[in-house]
Parts: sequence; C-alpha cells; structure tokens
Amino acid sequence: MASHSPYEWKNPTVAWIDRRLPIFSMARADLVDYPTPKNLNYWWNFGSLAGIVLVIMIATGIFLAMQYTPHASLAFESVERIMRDVNYGWLMRYLHMNGASMFFIVVYIHIFRGLYYGSYKAPREILWIIGVFILLAMMATGFMGYVLPWGQMSFWGATVITNLFSAFPLVGSDIVTWLWGGFSVDNPTLNRFFALHYLLPFILFGLVFVHLWALHTVKSNNPLGIDVKGPQDTLPFTPYYTAKDMFGLGVFLIFYLFFVFFQPNFFGEPDNFIKANPLVTPAHIVPEWYFLPFYAILRAITFDLFWGLVPAKLLGVLAMFAAVLILALLPWLDRSPVRSARFRPIFKWVFWLFLANCLLLGYVGARPPEGINVYLGQAATAVYFLFFLVVLPLLSFIERPRPLPTSISTAVTPAGVGVSARGVAE
Amino acid sequence: MFGTFDRASAQRGWQVYEEVCHACHGLRFVAFRNLHALGFSTEQVEAIASRFEVQAGPNDEGEMFMTPAKAASHIPSPFANDQAARVANNGALPPDLSLITQARVGAADYVYAILTHYRDPAPEGFNLNSGMFYNEYFPGHQIGMPPPLSDDRVTYLDGTKATVSQMAHDVTTFLTWAAEPNMEQRKQLGITVLLFLIVLTGFLYALKRQIWSDVEH
Ligand code: HEC
Ligand code: HEM
Repeated sequence: MASHSPYEWKNPTVAWIDRRLPIFSMARADLVDYPTPKNLNYWWNFGSLAGIVLVIMIATGIFLAMQYTPHASLAFESVERIMRDVNYGWLMRYLHMNGASMFFIVVYIHIFRGLYYGSYKAPREILWIIGVFILLAMMATGFMGYVLPWGQMSFWGATVITNLFSAFPLVGSDIVTWLWGGFSVDNPTLNRFFALHYLLPFILFGLVFVHLWALHTVKSNNPLGIDVKGPQDTLPFTPYYTAKDMFGLGVFLIFYLFFVFFQPNFFGEPDNFIKANPLVTPAHIVPEWYFLPFYAILRAITFDLFWGLVPAKLLGVLAMFAAVLILALLPWLDRSPVRSARFRPIFKWVFWLFLANCLLLGYVGARPPEGINVYLGQAATAVYFLFFLVVLPLLSFIERPRPLPTSISTAVTPAGVGVSARGVAE
Repeated sequence: MFGTFDRASAQRGWQVYEEVCHACHGLRFVAFRNLHALGFSTEQVEAIASRFEVQAGPNDEGEMFMTPAKAASHIPSPFANDQAARVANNGALPPDLSLITQARVGAADYVYAILTHYRDPAPEGFNLNSGMFYNEYFPGHQIGMPPPLSDDRVTYLDGTKATVSQMAHDVTTFLTWAAEPNMEQRKQLGITVLLFLIVLTGFLYALKRQIWSDVEH
C-alpha cells in the first residue's frame, strides 16, 4: 500500500521472504506503524467494523452456498433444509441474513461520519468516490442475495426492481428480457443472481483494498478536520487503534448477535416465508429496509415531464440512481474549505436536517404510496436533492466558519504543550 | 424471550394436528423423527409414523405403491397437488403449515386468533359467499376454512379438557415449534455467547483504557 521504509527483520526466514516480497514490511507499515491522528473518536471505528462484517459475510456465505440449490423449484426447500437439518445451518443463515442489515447500518454510519467531518474533501476525493462504488456494489449484492431464498418478497421484489429498466425508451423491455433471461423472473434469473451474488463480495473486497490504499496514501481525517502537522499529532495504529477497534468490535458483536440469537427475523418480512408464487401478488411489496429511502425517491416522481416525453416511471428511476451517484460529486458541491462540521455553525444544522430527511424518506418508503405519504415523499425527495445542489454550494459562500485550532495536539492538550513520549512512531 | 417449548402442550398440539388439521393441511418440512424433540420416545415416533402412508417404489413390476411411513419420512401432504386440495376445499387452498407462524404478521397469536374467532351467523348485513365462513381475524373476514375446532373435537390422552381455546393454544404451540425446531438451541447458545461477549468486551475496554492511559487525547 503506502511505500515502506525497509525494516530489519530478525527472523531469517521472515527477512528472506521480505526481501523478495515485502509482505511483512507492508503489514508492519499499514497495520502497526500507520500514523493515525490521536484525536479520532468512536465514529472512526465503523470503517474497520465494515471490513470485519464483509469477512463474516463472505465466510458465512460460502458455507451457505455449499448447501444451497439455485433452482426455482428447490431453492426455498434447500434454505429450509439449511435451517432444519444442516448442523448449525440456522446459525450460518441468521448470521448472513442479519449480517447484511448490520453491514448497511455500519456503512451508513460510516458515510454520515464522512459527511459530518468533511472527510470527502481534498485530498480524500478518490477515497470517497471508491466508497460510493462500494455502496453501489453492496446494494447490488444485497438485492441479489435477497432473491436467493425464493420467497414471495424475493420474487416480487426482483420483479418490481428489474421491471424498472423497462422505463428506458426503445430498449427498455429488451433490457428487462435480457436481465431475466426469459419473459419473467424465473429459474434463469435465479441462476445468474446466485452467480453474481457469489462474485460481487470479492469485487467488494478488491474495492475495499483500493479504498484502504487511498486512505493510507492521504491518511485519515479527524474530528477537527485539520491536517496533521507532525508526529506529535499522531499515534501508531498499533497498539492504540487496534485496541480501540477491538473494543468497538466487542460492542458491535453484542448488538449484532443479539439480533441473530433473539430477534433473527426482525429485519425480515413474513411474506418471505411463503414460497415464490408468480400467480399471487403480495398486498405490499417492500424492499429490504436499507433500500427504503431510495425506494421512496423512486415512487416520489408521479408526473411526466416534457409533455410525456419523459414518463414519470423513467424519471423516478433516474432520480433513484441519481440519489446514490450524486454522493460522488459531493467533494465539488461543497466548496467550503473547512472540513469538520464542528467549525461550521450552519452546516452542522443542515447536516442533522439532512439526516432526519433521509430517515423520513425511509419511513415513506415503507408505507403504501397513498394520501399524505405521496406528498411527504415528494417533499423529502426535493429536500434531498436541494441539499446537494443548492444548500451545500451556497453555504460555502454565506457561512462564516469558526476559527480552527492550530494543530491537533494544541487542541487536545490542556496546556497546549506536552506531547506523549509514545506518541511518535518508532 | 428465553423461551422453551411447553412439551406437554406441543405433544397435545401434535395430536390436534394429526387428528384435525392434517385432513387438509400438509407439514412438509417436518419429518416424523423431528417429533423426538417434543419428548416422544422412539417407539412413539415409530407408532405415529406407521399411522401415515407414503408413496414408495417402483417395485419389481415397476409400480409405485403406498407403504407405512418411517421415522425418517417427511409428513405426507393430504392432497396429491394444489389442484386436488382446491377441489376438495371449495376452491380455497389450505396452505402447508410448516412455516405458518412465521409467514403471517402476528405470528402465533394470529394463528390462535384465526382458530378461535369464527362467528356464526355472520354479522348482520355482511355478504358472506356460499361455502365461506365469517372470521373476525382473517383479512376480509371471509375464510374458506370451515371452523376446524369444536369442544371435545379430540380426546386428550393426558386428561386435559379439550376446549376450543385449549386446542387452539396447543396446536399453535406445536406449529411454532414446527416453524423453527431449533429455537431452543438458538436461544440457549445465544445466552452463552452474549454473556461471554459482555465479559470479553469489558476486558477489551479495560485493555483499551490501559493502553491509552499515557496519551492526552
Ligand atoms: C376442512 C379442511 C381444513 C381443516 C380440517 C383445517 N383447515 Fe386450515 N385451512 C383450510 C383452508 C381451505 C384454508 C384456506 C382458507 C382461505 O384461504 O380462505 C385454511 C387456512 C388456514 C390457515 C391460514 C389462514 C391465512 O391467514 O391464510 C391457518 C393458519 C390454518 N388454516 C390453520 C389450521 C389449523 C391449525 C387446523 C387444525 C386445527 C386447520 N387449519 C384445519 C382448510 C382446513
Ligand atoms: C465495504 C464497505 C466499506 C469498508 C469495509 C470501508 C472501510 C474503511 C476503513 C477501514 C476506513 C478507515 C477507518 C475509518 O475511517 O472509519 C475507511 C475510511 C473511509 N471510508 Fe470507508 N469503507 C466502506 C465503505 C465506504 C463508503 C460506502 C464510503 C462513502 C461513500 C466510504 C468513505 C470513507 C472515507 C471518506 C474514509 C476516510 C475517513 C476519514 O479518514 O475521515 N467508505 N473505510
């Protein structure tokens, strides 16, 4: 990852290998010595948590795949076999199912952390954009994974979402047929979703590697949002942040495993305990909770544009994709030179309003699109895009940021002096 | 939350299922051997299985034939296919009950409520289609299932009085078990794992404090 100073390895085998392939030096530089701002708070735990959840997902997923049958007439049955007859199959499945929800909880917190502390600003733009790609890959993985148990929500969720592509003019219905591998969601669809669901986590793994490569090149931001001025501002990653991450992991596992063992179907839908049936449409088709805000944006557009040339459905689809992709433009929409919301009196409020608005979108996404919900969804969608396209660009002109501390160590040390002896790497 | 199944109730519930519900509803994800978990002995399980017939074969003449079920057999469905089930039930399809408590909002309480909230005659002015029954909890209130339970519909071996609510309670306990036979194991393991994690996390916190004790941050 980052360039490494050559270390002297005492063990001759280690030294021999390291001269030819510097994996030990690399591990040392990135996992032990990596100079980390000394003032990171617990919101900085969520990146490593996301990495651990990814590993848990891959591990449990591989065990599930050994017992799962990707066939429209056997998938539901094979999942029940895993739940009932495979030793600890229920544990693997519940870990995987709830792990998906945990993954999104952790990553959404991780993103909002970045938003609050301005972690997307120079020089971390590429790090942030890779993050957006990670989010997209996660969404695709989660969506296809949900189809695999072949319950009613699997089937109808897949039908609704793939049908969105029919909104594109001229080629729309051809795209949908191509995605399905037939004329409806059926066995070929299930087969390819399984293949892709197995593939994507490894692509995610690659993306995360690049994410960390970029991170270790530009180094971590911190709650003050100011640059590291020298070694007195940092701590070596190990033992300080390894210990802090381990503690965070413990707390997280308690939360995660509580659901696995005591509320394993909390994030699920009763309809998915009914085998997929193309002849019976469920009363309310809802996606998994982590897609709800985007689902609300999709359904918010109920009007055609340009005298029907751009139908509402197409607009909704475009708005939904734009809602994710606009994140990638954030470094250029927010022109304020100050990163951390701590020193941005107006942005701080705007941030909380934006967060509340996202929760509102999630709420609307879970409701049937009737009555007041339609207007709520439209208002919240407008606020969502106004935040990015109007509020953030304007804010950098009107807001007067509060004065920034001169350095991390002066800000965190009461007397303004006194650097810890072990505060410097090596 | 630290739930265990009431074995006696679940055993009675099995009796209700076998003698009443099985006439119309399958339970295809449950094998007879699974009934051990309810406290039935090996002999009892074999005796239960032998009361059911499953298809086997082909034999030397190339014919499929019916034979008494074994402990390893899954509980056979009462109808050959959905179409046959509909024909026998006035067009309505009796769902397989293996996952019924998880497949409905309200879970076990919903199933109990369906079984105990029939109303005959239907309320004044309600337009009940022929062959349908009025049920206060079923969405739309018209259900194709005739009221399956009436007092003393079964005779419990343990002398419990077979009221409608008792039978509904027992069969719901049984169906809750059938939907997730590993529930007890899950919760027991969960308690051990969480207790371990809470202690471990306490230690990790102490470790973190110790390591950070020389840093102003
Ligand atoms: C005479 C046949 C028959 C018997 C006996 C019977 N059922 Fe049903 N059951 C049906 C039919 C038919 C339906 C479908 C009703 C409908 O969809 O309108 C049904 C539906 C149900 C449902 C699903 C209701 C819903 O929400 O969709 C449950 C739960 C149920 N039965 C439980 C039981 C239990 C428990 C017993 C035994 C005590 C039992 N049934 C006995 C015929 C029967
Ligand atoms: C698989 C999912 C992800 C994993 C495993 C992951 C992992 C990490 C890790 C380990 C860190 C360093 C620790 C930290 O700062 O919390 C980090 C930092 C960062 N991540 Fe992610 N991440 C993921 C998704 C995302 C997404 C979706 C985004 C944004 C759209 C994002 C944006 C960032 C940014 C901006 C930083 C630098 C933060 C800072 O230094 O202040 N990440 N990531």
